[in-house]
Amino acid sequence: MTHKFFTRLCLVPLIAVIAAFFVLPMLRVIVVGGSGDMGLHAYAAIILEPRFRATLINTLVLASVTTALSLAIATIAGLFLQRHRFPGRALLVAMLTFPLAFPGVVVGFMIILLAGRQGLIGALSLPLAGEKWVFAYSMQGLLLGYLYFSIPRVILTIMAAIEKLDPSLEEAARALGAGPWAVHRDVILPALMPAFIASGAIAFATAMGAFGTAFTLATNINVLPMLIYTEFTLSANIAMAAALSVGLGLVAWAALALARAFSGGTVAAAG
Amino acid sequence: MTNLRNRLIFSGQFVFTLLVAAFLIVPALLSMLAGVTVNYFTGIRSGLTLQWVIQVWELYADTIARSFVIALAALAVTLVVGVPAAYALHVRGGRFARIVEEIITLPLAVPGLAIALALLLTYGGFSDFRRSWLFILAGHVVFTMPFMVRSVMAVFSAIDVKTLDEGAASLGASPWRRFRDVIVPNAKPGILAGSLMVVTLSLGEFNLTWMLHTPLTKTLPVGLADSYASMRLEVASAYTLVFFVMIIPLLVAMQIYADSCGRKTARR
Amino acid sequence: MNTTQGVTVRVENCAKTFADGTRALDPVTLDVARGETLVFLGPSGCGKTTMLRIIAGLEKPDSGGRVLFNAQDVTRIPIERRNVGMVFQSYALFPNMNVAQNIAYSLALRGAGKAERDSRVAELVALTGIEGLENRNIDQLSGGQRQRVALARAVAMRPSVLLLDEPLTALDAALRERLRGELDRLLRTLGITTIYVTHDQSEAMTLGDRIVVMRKGAIAQVGSPRDIYFKPASRFVAEFIGAANIIDAVSDNGVLVLPGGRLAVDKTGHGQVAAMIRPESIGIISPEAAFLVGRVASVSFTGDRQRLVVDGASDKPLIVDASNTLAVKIGDTVGLTVAPSAIQFLQGA
Repeated sequence: MTHKFFTRLCLVPLIAVIAAFFVLPMLRVIVVGGSGDMGLHAYAAIILEPRFRATLINTLVLASVTTALSLAIATIAGLFLQRHRFPGRALLVAMLTFPLAFPGVVVGFMIILLAGRQGLIGALSLPLAGEKWVFAYSMQGLLLGYLYFSIPRVILTIMAAIEKLDPSLEEAARALGAGPWAVHRDVILPALMPAFIASGAIAFATAMGAFGTAFTLATNINVLPMLIYTEFTLSANIAMAAALSVGLGLVAWAALALARAFSGGTVAAAG
Repeated sequence: MTNLRNRLIFSGQFVFTLLVAAFLIVPALLSMLAGVTVNYFTGIRSGLTLQWVIQVWELYADTIARSFVIALAALAVTLVVGVPAAYALHVRGGRFARIVEEIITLPLAVPGLAIALALLLTYGGFSDFRRSWLFILAGHVVFTMPFMVRSVMAVFSAIDVKTLDEGAASLGASPWRRFRDVIVPNAKPGILAGSLMVVTLSLGEFNLTWMLHTPLTKTLPVGLADSYASMRLEVASAYTLVFFVMIIPLLVAMQIYADSCGRKTARR
Repeated sequence: MNTTQGVTVRVENCAKTFADGTRALDPVTLDVARGETLVFLGPSGCGKTTMLRIIAGLEKPDSGGRVLFNAQDVTRIPIERRNVGMVFQSYALFPNMNVAQNIAYSLALRGAGKAERDSRVAELVALTGIEGLENRNIDQLSGGQRQRVALARAVAMRPSVLLLDEPLTALDAALRERLRGELDRLLRTLGITTIYVTHDQSEAMTLGDRIVVMRKGAIAQVGSPRDIYFKPASRFVAEFIGAANIIDAVSDNGVLVLPGGRLAVDKTGHGQVAAMIRPESIGIISPEAAFLVGRVASVSFTGDRQRLVVDGASDKPLIVDASNTLAVKIGDTVGLTVAPSAIQFLQGA
């Protein structure tokens, strides 16, 4: 048996599994998306139909805001954690990355515990502000949930990038007379740009496709995954659900393809 | 002057980081507490109890068992299929390997909901398959495969496995012997890291599973969503607590493992 | 299994074009005698490693090329059945096996029993001077120790041909020099047909019975170390091996006419020539007694000698290696003398 034959043999099971349970089904979705009552117009309807367009814009805005906030929060915390060594630092890092493997539904439940009817925020705001703040099921609550699963992902990438920064870059800038502000603006943040793009795209793609969190919290808010779900299960509008899925998949894939072009590393969306 | 400013910046960042950590960790602690509190509304004064956990066990034990079965089955499939494939993709290189790698990585980008829909539209008609837990397994395998393949491939490029392979070949080992004696033993770090990822992700997978499950094939996260919608907060919390107890050791193992690998490479 | 101490190797018309169309090797034909050490020497990208990998069976030559061991065509035989011992630049030691397991792996593959494996391992660790390391893990070894383990592993199965791909390149300079001597002794002890690839000319000189100088996928010269050094076939070989002064000048009936005077040469006739003179072949004498004079532009004292650069004597500055006791400073006018036999005329001036 030649080596070439052996490696070919090694690939056969993978190709079979992926073809059967991913490639063929995805092709089927694309076909089904274009074969409903509207035909191929189903794809155009994602943008043309006001209800779908509003949902799409809603989701894009939510995902963008989540991304921007996660990046800002993770950069501040990440720079702090990589710059200073103090007792309890490892615990703090562990706490910040702990929710990484939480399913979206659990994230939703965390927000309910924070901002739901029996939530901590309400319990604290009642004596302080005189009213009970309950916003778990509003747009703010959903954003909080999206931040909850985005921050750990982004912080991991950014901390890794900060760790890899060549300290002599900063030292060189300081030797040339740059103050702390100029060092950050001119040296550190530009050097972190690839990490921003990579982790930002991950956060964006994950937020676009997040179903579990929306399922728990977005009972009254239209986001794309919920729309697909209701079209499929409640309206039985299978073709439209398929078309919307293809659109959603394309947006998420484009964001990640962009990220990979810049970072080359493993980028994954989940949750 | 600058010293004072530095201290202010340090304190500001420290408080900020603490607040972020609190945002992430406090609700998790609350849910653990709520799961063992007699009445969450009254608070901890009402006393601690295991009744909710027991109730969860009575109601949902089957979902927990099923999640483990699916996670281990997904692990078995990704190991048997993914490890040889990672090897072949690494040593073959070239355009074909890149295309295959690209395709198997797509499930990381495409939302689980879309993959689930695709599986339903394609295999929904095969009712025996549709009704069995194997249907969910198929989804989990597609979703977790890239993690196994990429984690093993990462090790291969880190240890220059191509040269090790050639070394073993020069000593007279057949392709299969090389794979068994040299490739797999040296891929262990990647296999272990990939395995932890696969099990953790499978145990917590919701997006696909919610669409693929039937009333008779509920998994833990599906049961969680059920309980959040229909059970009192204490039961939902107790169920979440059970999930944490299952998932935290895996997360800790991953963390420790990543740290020890980091140290090892740093030492070299 | 072939247990003779080496075979003859013939490379016949072997060229290599990679899948992306790059030509790594032009058609090459070469013979290696039984027990000979042949060194492929050249800068990176010259095709020497491709050549070695074709002989090893890790690359297939383009169609029409053949590799023969003892006149038997092995072109289609994969490396695992060619019985070649190979030492890789990175050593390719298996991290999952200890030193003894690495060395004995080829024997285990061939079904050797434990007693046989143990005695061969003991023999080889003694031969390579790594006794006591048998149970070490690979990551507990120094670079030099790894190199020896790789060598012991490669010869454990008594290969037909020993192939070494830059085996000393990964080591620091002092260690490299010491191991070069040890390797030379070892190769002579083994008496096995050896093909050695390096970009280091002193390694090639020390170890090679013959040296094949390669450039851009083709053979530039084949010959003994002395031939290559003293009688380089081309400007490239002259400049790649050691330091060389190459003088472009007119030769007129036994005399090279230069800006700083003239030099006697063993060449009749009249014409433009390229003459090669090694720095150590140029003697420094007093300018009054010399036919060729120049001005010292720089002096670098390196301990064992001093290297001068002399301006004005030739069309370009001459490099001269002088004795370390010679009193000379920048700006001095010096006389230069070269024995006619030390002047080598290059082809293709």
